[in-house]
Amino acid sequence: MADQHATLAAAHPSRFAQNPLQRFLIATELDTRLLGMVGALAIIWVGFHILSGGLFLTPRNLWNLSVQTASVAVMVTGMVLVIVTRNIDLSVGSILGLVGMVMGVMQTDILPVQMGLGFGHPLIWALSLGAGLAVGVGIGALQGSIIAYLKVPAFIVTLGGYLVWRGAAWWVTMGRTVAPMDPTFQLMGGGPSGSIGAFWSWVVAIVACAAIVLGLYFGRRQRLRFNFPLRPIWAEVSLAVIGCGLAIGAVWVANAYPWPRRIAEAFAEANGIAVPDGGLFISHGIAIPVLIALGVGVVMTFISTRTRFGRYVFAMGGNPEAAELAGINTRWVTVKIFMLMGALCAIAAAISSARLNAATNALGTLDELYVIAAAVIGGTSLAGGVGTIAGALLGALVMQSLQSGMVLMGLDSPLQSIVVGIVLVFAVWLDTLYRRNKN
Amino acid sequence: MLDTRTPLVEMNDISISFGGIRAVDRASIDLYPGEVVGLLGHNGAGKSTLIKILSGAYKRDSGSIKIDGRDAAINNPRDAKGYGIETIYQQLAVADNVDAAANLFLGREITTAIGTLDDAAMESKAREVMGRLNPNFRRFKEPVKALSGGQRQSVAIARAILFNARILIMDEPTAALGPQETAQVGDLIKQLKSDGIGIFLISHDIHDVFDLADRLVVMKNGQVVGTARTSDVTKDEVLGMIIAGKAPAGAVAGPGAVAD
Repeated sequence: MADQHATLAAAHPSRFAQNPLQRFLIATELDTRLLGMVGALAIIWVGFHILSGGLFLTPRNLWNLSVQTASVAVMVTGMVLVIVTRNIDLSVGSILGLVGMVMGVMQTDILPVQMGLGFGHPLIWALSLGAGLAVGVGIGALQGSIIAYLKVPAFIVTLGGYLVWRGAAWWVTMGRTVAPMDPTFQLMGGGPSGSIGAFWSWVVAIVACAAIVLGLYFGRRQRLRFNFPLRPIWAEVSLAVIGCGLAIGAVWVANAYPWPRRIAEAFAEANGIAVPDGGLFISHGIAIPVLIALGVGVVMTFISTRTRFGRYVFAMGGNPEAAELAGINTRWVTVKIFMLMGALCAIAAAISSARLNAATNALGTLDELYVIAAAVIGGTSLAGGVGTIAGALLGALVMQSLQSGMVLMGLDSPLQSIVVGIVLVFAVWLDTLYRRNKN
Repeated sequence: MLDTRTPLVEMNDISISFGGIRAVDRASIDLYPGEVVGLLGHNGAGKSTLIKILSGAYKRDSGSIKIDGRDAAINNPRDAKGYGIETIYQQLAVADNVDAAANLFLGREITTAIGTLDDAAMESKAREVMGRLNPNFRRFKEPVKALSGGQRQSVAIARAILFNARILIMDEPTAALGPQETAQVGDLIKQLKSDGIGIFLISHDIHDVFDLADRLVVMKNGQVVGTARTSDVTKDEVLGMIIAGKAPAGAVAGPGAVAD
């Protein structure tokens, strides 16, 4: 009986699929919804490329797109967990504004002047970021505690926070813009010096490929150990090829975008390099904010799928009573989710203010709506319990692609808002249809 | 009682009120190792409320709980689990959006050496337990939401037996099940009983209780009408206890019994 059970379990379901596409999808165990989003993104990209007269799919635009997406991408990974537990956070844009302001004041006034470190001290960026993280986590802890322990709905608490933190950002400097930022801190915003260059970008690609292959290998070994159905070898190989291909392709695009001519010339002069006839070609490589966002994506995926905390988040989202009865301290988990959200807002604030090279009290305005929209387009269900980090990151990329594509097309601002609004509703409607058909 | 052993559970003079209504009024019940005690009564008789006090879902207003003869502090479900009390709830308390293995181990996940979830180990153990309980169960990868009521109930029961509960509370365990699955649950209860586990069985179905329980306790309006060995009373007498609140000769009358 046990043997029979084992052999039955060991047959992978892909054996029973007839049509080749279906067999490929089942064998690779790819999420069809995620693939649909990749398809939608491809259509958007190609569509804008044609409509903008060949401006969209250029290394320069794709590189800029990646940098522009970074800040929202960082925040959306936390918003997924917030929405999965049937909460919402309307205050992320305001938290970003306040934290950006705090970090700005730290590095332009408190640390260099009042504490006497002097401008350009190598510790300034780290201490400022640390202070920002502390403020972000503190705000998250406060909002989370009010939601979890005082039982005020998250919608109301964060709506209040939306006003409070925006007002606080204003109040810190009485509305004055804080600039310029510390030179090291600025690297978090991207730009020619805020990118890691061709060599290190290839290193990142190699590390990513190695991680993909190792991940597949260990996954397979784990399944063998417990006698679970294995993916066919050809499916494993295709997954490895697709994954590594994407990583290498992305790095190739980032490396194909050179520094602007003037900056490259200035750099050559400063370092005594002779400028060749065709101009100096120095690759940007991956921008540091993009690297941060990718790192956050990996860490948050790990947290949501491989840790107890992540498991509890999804269990609570499906049935809060069941989670409580199972002995999970649901209130503390809620507080932790909001603390995490606050920390991510602080990271996003560092990226945004470094990119702008200034902290203003309007920084992050409307970001809460883009973050929530990205999460929802990325497949996070407002009914709770469902959502993935990868989907939300793709959602953020879709939102930003629409924005920058319309700018390239020269579409008027009011029209841009109208299109984004319609796309949001349309995307959620498609998702509803997809889920209904799946069941 | 002839039993001179220490009861596994003693709940004495338990009361709880909700907004001025006494849901449970000075109720006392006990449970011995390897015994099945059926808890009977109408809807709203207070049986589920009483048992939720034991499982930590509600906090009692007054009264005492002893486990193994010692006072037990049960203030939340985590405390109850600490005493080996596992509950299978009427409303199928499973987390809908995670799979069977995640539900089985919810709150007590198996982790790897570096503290991450060991999903493969959990799924393997889940397959083993589910194979014993419900050999037809195959849908390990899907969220529990996609399963039928019976399958969900098997997940809930598997969850309880997985952690070697000493005291098992089953609140209408067969309400959502078909006849075959009900019979399976019956066999399972007998098996657990022979392992020395004490079981509180809450049910509307008087036949179920007579088949499975050693003793039964009838409640009405929050009070205990009476306690009896199933061998000492007839089904009609028990019906009389439930409906009219009359304790028959074979039963020990409680505070809720109507005087003739």
